Amino acid sequence: MSLMASIILRKCRNPNRRFLFPRPFSSLPEKGSIEKILVANRGEIACRIMRTAKRLGIRTVAVYSDADRNGLHVKSADEAVRIGEAPARVSYLNGSAIMEAARRTGAQAIHPGYGFLSESADFAHLCEAEGLRFIGPPASAIRDMGDKSASKRIMGAAGVPLVPGYHGDNQDTAFLKSEAEKIGYPILIKPTHGGGGKGMRIVQNAEEFIEAFLGAKREAAASFGIDTILLEKYITQPRHVEVQVFGDKHGNVIHLNERDCSLQRRHQKIIEEAPAPNVANDFRSHLGKAAVAAAKAVGYYSAGTVEFIMDTISGQFYFMEMNTRLQVEHPVTEMIVDQDLVEWQIRVANGEHLPLTQSEVPLKGHAFEARIYAENVARGFLPATGTLHHYQPVSVSPTVRVETGVEEGDTVSMHYDPMIAKLVVWGENRDAALVKLKNCLQNFQVAGLPTNISFLQSLADHWAFEKGLVETHFIEHFKNDLCVDSTEKVAEETYASARLGASIVAACICEMDHLASSETPLACIGGNTLQSLWYSHPPFRMHHSPKRKMELEWEIESAGSCEELFKLVITYQPNGSYFTEIEDCDFPGWNIKVTHLGNHKFRVDADGFSTYVTLALYSKEDSKHIHLWHDKHHHHYRQIMKLNQYTDDESHHKPVLDMGNRPKGSVVAPMAGLVVKVLLENGALVGEGQPVLVLEAMKMEHVVKSPRAGYVEGLQVSPGQQVFDSSVLFTIKDK
Amino acid sequence: MLRTLANRSLKKKPLPFPRPDSPFSSSSSSASVLPDGIDRSSDAFLRNSTAARQLLSRLHSHVQKAFAGGGPEAVRRNRGRDKLLPRERIDRMVDDGSSFLELSQLAGYDLYDEPLPSAGIITGIGPVHGRLCMFVANDPTVKGGTYYPVTVKKHLRAQEIAAECKLPCIYLVDSGGANLPRQADVFPDRDNFGRIFYNQAKMSSEGIPQIALVLGSCTAGGAYIPAMADESVIVKGNGTIFLAGPPLVKAATGEEVSAEDLGGAAMHCKVSGVSDHFANDELDGLTIGRNIVKNLHMAGKGVQPSHSSDYEEPLYDAEELRSIAPTDQKQPFDIRSVIARIVDGSEFDEFKKLYGTTLVTGFARIFGQPVGIIGNNGILFTESALKGSHFIQLCVQRNIPLIFLQNITGFMVGSRSEASGIAKAGAKMVMAVSCAKVPKITLIVGGSFGAGNYGMCGRAYSPNFLFLWPTAKISVMGGIQAAGVLAQIERSNKKKQNIEWSEEEEEKFKSKVVEAYEREGSPYYSSARLWDDGIIDPADTRKVLGLCLAASVKSVTEETKYGVFRM
Repeated sequence: MSLMASIILRKCRNPNRRFLFPRPFSSLPEKGSIEKILVANRGEIACRIMRTAKRLGIRTVAVYSDADRNGLHVKSADEAVRIGEAPARVSYLNGSAIMEAARRTGAQAIHPGYGFLSESADFAHLCEAEGLRFIGPPASAIRDMGDKSASKRIMGAAGVPLVPGYHGDNQDTAFLKSEAEKIGYPILIKPTHGGGGKGMRIVQNAEEFIEAFLGAKREAAASFGIDTILLEKYITQPRHVEVQVFGDKHGNVIHLNERDCSLQRRHQKIIEEAPAPNVANDFRSHLGKAAVAAAKAVGYYSAGTVEFIMDTISGQFYFMEMNTRLQVEHPVTEMIVDQDLVEWQIRVANGEHLPLTQSEVPLKGHAFEARIYAENVARGFLPATGTLHHYQPVSVSPTVRVETGVEEGDTVSMHYDPMIAKLVVWGENRDAALVKLKNCLQNFQVAGLPTNISFLQSLADHWAFEKGLVETHFIEHFKNDLCVDSTEKVAEETYASARLGASIVAACICEMDHLASSETPLACIGGNTLQSLWYSHPPFRMHHSPKRKMELEWEIESAGSCEELFKLVITYQPNGSYFTEIEDCDFPGWNIKVTHLGNHKFRVDADGFSTYVTLALYSKEDSKHIHLWHDKHHHHYRQIMKLNQYTDDESHHKPVLDMGNRPKGSVVAPMAGLVVKVLLENGALVGEGQPVLVLEAMKMEHVVKSPRAGYVEGLQVSPGQQVFDSSVLFTIKDK
Repeated sequence: MLRTLANRSLKKKPLPFPRPDSPFSSSSSSASVLPDGIDRSSDAFLRNSTAARQLLSRLHSHVQKAFAGGGPEAVRRNRGRDKLLPRERIDRMVDDGSSFLELSQLAGYDLYDEPLPSAGIITGIGPVHGRLCMFVANDPTVKGGTYYPVTVKKHLRAQEIAAECKLPCIYLVDSGGANLPRQADVFPDRDNFGRIFYNQAKMSSEGIPQIALVLGSCTAGGAYIPAMADESVIVKGNGTIFLAGPPLVKAATGEEVSAEDLGGAAMHCKVSGVSDHFANDELDGLTIGRNIVKNLHMAGKGVQPSHSSDYEEPLYDAEELRSIAPTDQKQPFDIRSVIARIVDGSEFDEFKKLYGTTLVTGFARIFGQPVGIIGNNGILFTESALKGSHFIQLCVQRNIPLIFLQNITGFMVGSRSEASGIAKAGAKMVMAVSCAKVPKITLIVGGSFGAGNYGMCGRAYSPNFLFLWPTAKISVMGGIQAAGVLAQIERSNKKKQNIEWSEEEEEKFKSKVVEAYEREGSPYYSSARLWDDGIIDPADTRKVLGLCLAASVKSVTEETKYGVFRM
């Protein structure tokens, strides 16, 4: 809906750009136009495709797994068909079930979205064989480009520059190791199939090669079913620049300018922009021409992306791969060329000509996309799961798009990609767009699970990013600026805002309690005025001002699971405001007046400074969680209901001292996931940092290492076993 | 006359359910709005204001001392055990943002050689999950929470209110039991320690829930508080219940045992069954206590009579109440200026306004609750007493709570008065007050002397609540009058013995008597001994009366039966 709204609004704003297509597609419809599309995907991309389809008057069919029964994409479709259980392998990757769904619903075309079956040549074939139109490139192009080694050969032949490397069929470990030495370390190991950084490994020296090689193979097999890999020269200061290309079935291929997707963590993009910053126009056309040549070399049509690696030191660019699908970050291109690429895909699938020639492609302004993930930034960006107890994305406008597939109350499960939303903003130039991006990130509210929003904020705020000095290792290079080390003291500014935040939260809770008691009929004590006198505001105390104590634990998410306890004392003032002080703290208190505006919003006046804040409250694991958004800050607090926390609430006959959370030396699961490999047995001697077992979650492997030297004890998990977040995996006992 | 009054309404808005038989039912009239009644430019007002400020600051300084409990060191030790102070415990237990009506904060003041702030026990009324409860919380920082005679008295008074108002009792127990050096004044008598458990049994039998939270020690006699409770909670580590502590056990039997094993939470919840709920820590225990109240099912016992849900605030500033009553009892003031500042919309429908004018009677509402108000405007004469008796009967007939505003020097004396049968008239008023089974709340705003105290529902007449203003004075008669009487007797005694008594000696004698009366008539002297339920800031009067009414308004009308009125 947000996309729809934004496109419509943009059109209204620019009457001269009323029509998306200045020149209508010349209609040469083959077998008639598509009237019903099955979207073989889930989440935001499914919703986004359906929005365009609906606008074009095309009926939509969703497919869903058991985990997505109530998903937004299911609700967004005209019809929906269940295709299997939660694991993608038996649902969204289950081609025959999707075919069956298309037959049942009479869909004429299938849009695969991105991921899942979008780059499966077999699936594209299957569609055509079943008489269904596959909204994407020809199967042959998918196959050519899907095999990374083959694609490089084709590209080399077409004159597209390539990174030095080995792309051959010989997968022998020793051979590949020698090839790696020929190319020269550092080198990159990549699966020949798939993408998204899965199965990729950087190897710094020969000693690391074998383990990285085997891990990459395992992950590739798990993700893509094919475990062949290739080797490449690892460029130390690269930029990731990619070109959006589009072709029709009449041999026309154009490019729609480039995107810079250098900002990555765990080899996955998190902020993308178009056009690429600090790029000259002739370089741009050079790059575009190379991309078009690449696409033409495989007879490409529909949307595709040609990825280049740009060596920031030499200024050279090399072909990396071509993604034969609509990309996650396609909206940034849409924003700067003012086109709807999904509509183009559908029209091309209908056999129509491209609506623009290369010279007609505009480049207007600048756009950013920030990917909002459920993830644990402090734990190395590990994917997170949980419930969206509070979810209020920014409001959309002609220049702000929110692409999302979830709603408040939904769960981000461990089955699929943990992306919550894509925030897309457009501005007249990069600076204007960046201002908007920062503002939108401040107002993007998610509570209930950890997200990368504050990390995205620090990225957007970084001086180097402001200057457009992007490169693939940006996050690694500026790690100290971007991440708060849990051992370091939290910045005084952050701390001060958390302190004020805690006071505001306390005042808001008091106000809400007051409103609740004045609104709820007091059934127990009669419900009349006289009885409700006990809840008058401020409450009565004999010869003193009523005070309330509240313990709020500030969860410093950016610094891992650090906590800071604020002991608040709230004094009710005769005029209905609250004087809040923090115990054991030298700072003076605040006099806070609160007006509840409804929908979690409050107008807060703290010592003459007025502002709007938003509060989200929910209960999780027996404690009350409170999130506060004020100014550019988002703070998360937990209201402590007990003086001390105990792990078991039942008594021991004698009071147990030191009931700390877990036995000393425990190693817990960093996230919920599946145990894929157990490397050691109980009693094994381990060194610090030595891998003990391997977990897989969200299709990523995570090696669980020993935190210190000692003996492994209490190891009870086995491969194939599901473990929960923070469950104890094993203990390291001192030597 | 009565008819007209009965057909008047105090409310401008019609009632949702008009009751034609009610005196508060029909159309509007503003004729009953009281005038301001204060001349702010008068010398008296300015004098009173200054005096009131001094009285109030004295009151606040006394209260502050009481709030300090057993002093910083004891408070620190208490915190060191992860324990909250008793008032903090109550604040955590009552509903968030709700009021708490604390009683007798100054009990025990200047009563013993050692200070006993708030008598070492905090009592009061507050709502838990919407249900009003009586809290009785020991203060372990004051003499280890042990029971002095006045501690027992305060505990029993809280139980008395709870029994009368049918309030569930929550005992926050943290006490070493009876204060052993004072056992003679604590242990044996009818209204001593044992009465606490008697009351628990009686209230429980009447269906008034008795809930004990053992947050600290609960030794010897104290052990019966949780044992007698309907439901009890005990906190791990801090809560112990035993008849004799480890030292006494060792002395008695030679057994060596830790307090936790002897009477700790685990033992009592798992083995002895003396306690029902195991709490990990104090806040956990308080939360469990709240849950117990939530699960109370007092079917049909919480329904209040319906009345208007709309009300207007008084027209005049409540803070001016502080300056109305003079410190000098000889200065008269119109009690209507007090009424004007405590009743809804300052509306007061006077009854028999022109008859027996030294007693003001009439109907009003406080936070929508109809009340009958009886206030003194001078000495009680025969007519005033008759008028008072009549009005009390009227309110009883209609189940309207009574509020007494005492400022009374007494009944008129002298031959004319006696001949008019003032003793008879006074007796009628005492009879009416004693037997009236409607909620009664007494507020002593000025003097409370002699039989006036009785007729105006003094402590002996068991009003549901009795509060004082800082200007209150209570004694059998005025100090000067008493000195005069006593001097006369002394003089005649001396004359009989032919002893010379000089003017100077007589003056000295008199001033001693006056001084004693002055001291013993002070509100602090009264409050220290539980002759009242507390001294309030006059500005809080309306609020306190409202809360008291809310606590004492009965769901079921009790039938009033009078004795023989001497006609």
